[in-house]
Formats: sequence, structure tokens, C-alpha cells
Amino acid sequence: MTRKRLIHAINDALVEEMERDERVILIGEDVGASIFGDTRGLLARFGPDRVRDMPISEALMSGMAVGASAAGYRVVCHLMYANFIYTAFDAIANQAARLRLMTNGQIRLPVVFMAAGGGGRSNAGQHSDYPHMPVASLGGVYVATPSCSADAKGLLKTAIRTDDPVFFLQPTSRGGEMGDIPDGEHIVPLVSAKVLRSGDDVTIVAVGAMVRVAARAAQALAEDGISVEIVDPRTSYPLDQDTIIGSVRKTGRLVIVDEARSAGSIANQVAALVAEKAFSSLKAPIVPVTTRDLAIAYAPPLEKAMIPDADRVVDAVRMTIREIAP
Amino acid sequence: MIPNSTAAGSLDLLRTMLTIRKAEERLAGDFKAGLLPGPVHLYIGQEAVATGVCAQLDDCDWITSTHRGHGHFLAKGGDPKAMFAEIYGRSTGICGGFGGSMHVADVSKGILGANGIVGGGIALAAGAALAAQLDGEGRVGVCFFGDGAAAQGVLGEALNIAALWKLPLILVCENNGFSEFSPSSSVIAGDIFRRAEPFGIQSVRIDGNDIEAVAEAARVAVEQARNGGGCTLIEALTYRIHGHVEGENAFLKTRYREDEEVDLWRLKDPVSRYARLLEKRGDIAAGKLSELEESIGKMINDAADAVADDPYPDSASLDRHELGAA
Repeated sequence: MTRKRLIHAINDALVEEMERDERVILIGEDVGASIFGDTRGLLARFGPDRVRDMPISEALMSGMAVGASAAGYRVVCHLMYANFIYTAFDAIANQAARLRLMTNGQIRLPVVFMAAGGGGRSNAGQHSDYPHMPVASLGGVYVATPSCSADAKGLLKTAIRTDDPVFFLQPTSRGGEMGDIPDGEHIVPLVSAKVLRSGDDVTIVAVGAMVRVAARAAQALAEDGISVEIVDPRTSYPLDQDTIIGSVRKTGRLVIVDEARSAGSIANQVAALVAEKAFSSLKAPIVPVTTRDLAIAYAPPLEKAMIPDADRVVDAVRMTIREIAP
Repeated sequence: MIPNSTAAGSLDLLRTMLTIRKAEERLAGDFKAGLLPGPVHLYIGQEAVATGVCAQLDDCDWITSTHRGHGHFLAKGGDPKAMFAEIYGRSTGICGGFGGSMHVADVSKGILGANGIVGGGIALAAGAALAAQLDGEGRVGVCFFGDGAAAQGVLGEALNIAALWKLPLILVCENNGFSEFSPSSSVIAGDIFRRAEPFGIQSVRIDGNDIEAVAEAARVAVEQARNGGGCTLIEALTYRIHGHVEGENAFLKTRYREDEEVDLWRLKDPVSRYARLLEKRGDIAAGKLSELEESIGKMINDAADAVADDPYPDSASLDRHELGAA
């Protein structure tokens, strides 16, 4: 094991995959300067043919990523902040997500759209979204949501090797966090949820930066004798349904934590799944913990009040327990 | 693969234009007869543009096309039978019936697809041109787009990057006078070819109904792009003889153009104009023209008839395009 920051784990994945396959190219906003640090050093290492700073033209760069991948390259397209996928969305939604079916598989697109999403840094309304579900709703794009260094590395490596589009959404606020990464080749398959913590009383499904929030809540609840199981889907689309359903069948209670807004949260998807496939296992109503349906506010106390924290998760878990009290 | 442009002879150009014309006339009839499951946008009147440009290209050069894309498909070497089958929604179609009229694609011929999003092919072609540049084998990317697409911001974004990176990109604007159901004079300001000037990209406006003018402009542009000279914008002035979409009079309450205007443009028809020229030059013997027309008409009708009753795709074939399916 090696301890590394999440952002350095991403950098390692890019280096390893670009070393492994010379058809891998990286285009994006400030990939040379690298404001997050994830693409630092790549321009010097791989040269300006394979590492290209793009103008701030998201519609163009996402479309070019599609075109270059259709024409034989494995393209990593760094969009910087996840909100910018809205500007890039035609190429993602109308092109990348559609071309495989529309051409009956003549075109496969090994393209990764990567961006940093989520709040916690007072980046305000246009730099704090966690838009995994708008992309999940397209049906033709994998959505990878790493929550720690090891998964960031392993998921990105898999994403780059995948012959279909992947949206790789890294948590903005967690880039500096340290985590253990297995030595040697480390791959995490898409559509493979991870059980972070095994428990008997309540399942928490948590995504991205919310995984650590859930872990904190689980720690606090353990002190009160409540045993929590945490499931990190790691891929918001397609969902690893079996792991989620298996956990709920065991615990009978479900809390879902997502920093996406309620109207477009994965809580809706997971709750529907469990209602359909594990209804008879439920001992209490499912409780979602999400962000209010508002733009993320700037002032620190306002932002804190919106995005789920450990206290809200603890309350949600207690609510599911109270439901069965006599 | 290293591209090899062999100049098409004048008779080849006429043949290709006639092939497109006959195919579109057949589809117009099929639409009226209720044989087409979806909308079709016909290229009648614009045949010289696709024909003149694609005559300069090899199979390994890339093109992106538009919702009005049958002409580009055929001119770039797409198989008429596979195109008809696709438009009829049959499993034998070039895209297995998954794409239809607006998405005909044949990657083996460098056709990255017609595109239902106006301007949707611009960034894709720029990406394919980037791939071609990285390959270093002299390939080019060509984007066909309409005057309507000149109002999309991505055109400016593409001109910017094409100039910066000297991309082997040829932007071919087919100015047919209409942005869907609006005369472009009411929605497009300025001269489209001049949009390239501030970027230092060479551009030219030509008579798009003069096949030899198109072929010559394209020859110069393709040669320049192959030799590292970068991008050209060609604005080909032409006219859409049919409506935006077949059957539009059924839902349009008012006319957006006068019959007299259409009649005037019929006199400038690129196909008969070139046929007359070839007759005058003695390139085609008197009396041979109707023979040629007849044989191409028969070839097209035979191709369409041969696939008109092919089976629809099986609904189980949808499975193959789910993420995760190989």
C-alpha cells in the first residue's frame, strides 16, 4: 500500500494509462497549469501532441473528444468544474451517448469526460454541482464517482480502457485527502459497488464526497450501538444493483446520502430500486439525505446548511430505527 | 491508411449527382406513399456540393454530415441499398435500422454520420481532424453544415482551434437559403464565409450549383490540409428545392417562400446544368444522357426495391447496445 492524495492517485492513473497506450490523449481546460493538480506534469512528460490545452470552449472540446475518439484515439477530456458539462452537454448527451446505438456499433467511443464536482469550498452556484444523475439519465454513458484515492485511480484506469463513454466525476473538496492505494496494477471495474463497512441495522448508500460523511455518521452511531453498513456504488450508472439490494435485505433499513439536489439525486433511483426489488425486506421508510433544490449558496454557513453532513445522516439513521420502536 | 485523391472524371461527377438525385426522388415518392417510418430531409438541388467535395476525398478521410445527409453518404461511397434499408428502418440497413435517415453512417467509408443536431458535426469533424493530424498520414476531416448551423456558437469555437492548431479541417457550409423553416436572411447576419477571416483562415464563397467550382475549391482546400496548411472554410451557395422536411405543408399554416423563387432556382439546377455542359463539350454523346439517367434511375429503384421488404430489426437486438454488453 502507498498513501497518496486523491488528486495524485488520478495523476498516477493518467500517467500509467498514457504510458501503457500511446493512443491515449488528454485535452482540456488548463491541463498544463492544472488547477487541481491532477494533470500536473503530464504536458512535460508526454508532450503537446498528446496533452493539449484547450480554449475555454466546452461545446467544442467535448465534441472534439467525441470526434477524435470516433477516429481512433482514447480521449480524456478534462472539463475542469463539473458544472461546465452543462455547456458541453450536446456532445455528451446527443453525440457521445447516442452514437453507438445510432450507428449500430460502428462507432464506439473510448472517451472519458472528467471533472471535479461538489460543494464545500464556497465555489458558489456555478462551480459546486455534483451532476452525476443528469449524465446517468442519458443511458449511454458510464458515470464513475470515486470517493477515495484507491477508487479514483482504479476507476479512472478502467474508464480509459473502456470502449464506451465514461463521465468521471471526482469530488472537488476531497482532492487533498490521503488514502491507501494497493501497489502495482490497480484496477476497479465499473458497476462494482463497494461495501466499506459491514453492519446489521441500517444500510447507508453514499456517493462521492458523501461517503466520508456517512463514515463519520456510522462511527458516531456505533458508539450508540447502532450497526451501520455503508455501500458506495462507485458507479452511479449503471448501478451495481445486487450489492445494494443484498445489503438492504440484510439490514432492512436504508438511508441514501447524495450531495446532488433532491430533484435529481441518486436517492430517487436507489429508493425505486429497493422498493421494487427488496420491498418485503424493509422495516422502515427509506430516508434520503440530499441537497435542497436550490443553487449552492456562497456564504459558508449557507453552504453548510445545504449539503448533507454527518449530523443529518445520523438523524436520518435514527429516524429509520425509531420507525420500528413500539 | 494514407489517403489518395484521384481526381474523378467529369462523367463520374455527373453519375454521382444523378445517383443522389434519383435516390432523393425515390424517397420523396416513398414518403408520399407512407412507406417511411420517420421524417426525411431531402438534398435535391444541392447535389453538386457533396459530389464536388467528396470527389477529392479517399475512404480514409473523415466526414461529418447533417440531417440532410443522404447526398454526403452516397457521394462518399456509401452503399445505396444499405442506405435505403436504413431509411426503411430495416435490419439490413447500414446502421441496422437503429439510426434512420438522420443518422446514416458508414465508418468504413469515413462517414462518421449524418447528425440530427444542427451544427452537431462541426466539433466532431474538428476532433476527427485532430486525430488525422496526430496520425500524420495526410488525412483530412470535412464537415458539411448548413447556413442554419452558421448561427451555432460552436462554429466560432471550431474556427478558433482550427486556426491555432492548423487542423486539417475543411468546413463546407452549404448555404441553401433556409434555416429549417426560416429564410436565413432573417436569422443569419453577415456573410458566412467571412466568419473565417478574423481567425486568419482562408475562405471562399463559390457557386455551389457549379460542380466544377465546388470540385476546384475543394481540391485546393484538401491539398492544403493534407500538406499541413490547415483549415479552409468554403461557403457554397445553393438552394433547397424541397422543403426542410418532406410533408411539411401538412403542418405549416403559412408559406415561408414563394413558388416563383423555387421555380427560378430550378432553372439553376446543378445536375441538368452540368449535363448540358458535358453535352456541349462533347464529353457525353447526344442522346446518351437519357440513357445514363435511366440506368441510374433503375439502379436506384432496384436497390430500394431489393430491401423495401427486408425484416425490421428484432427487438432483442436492442440488448447489444446496453452499456456492458460486448
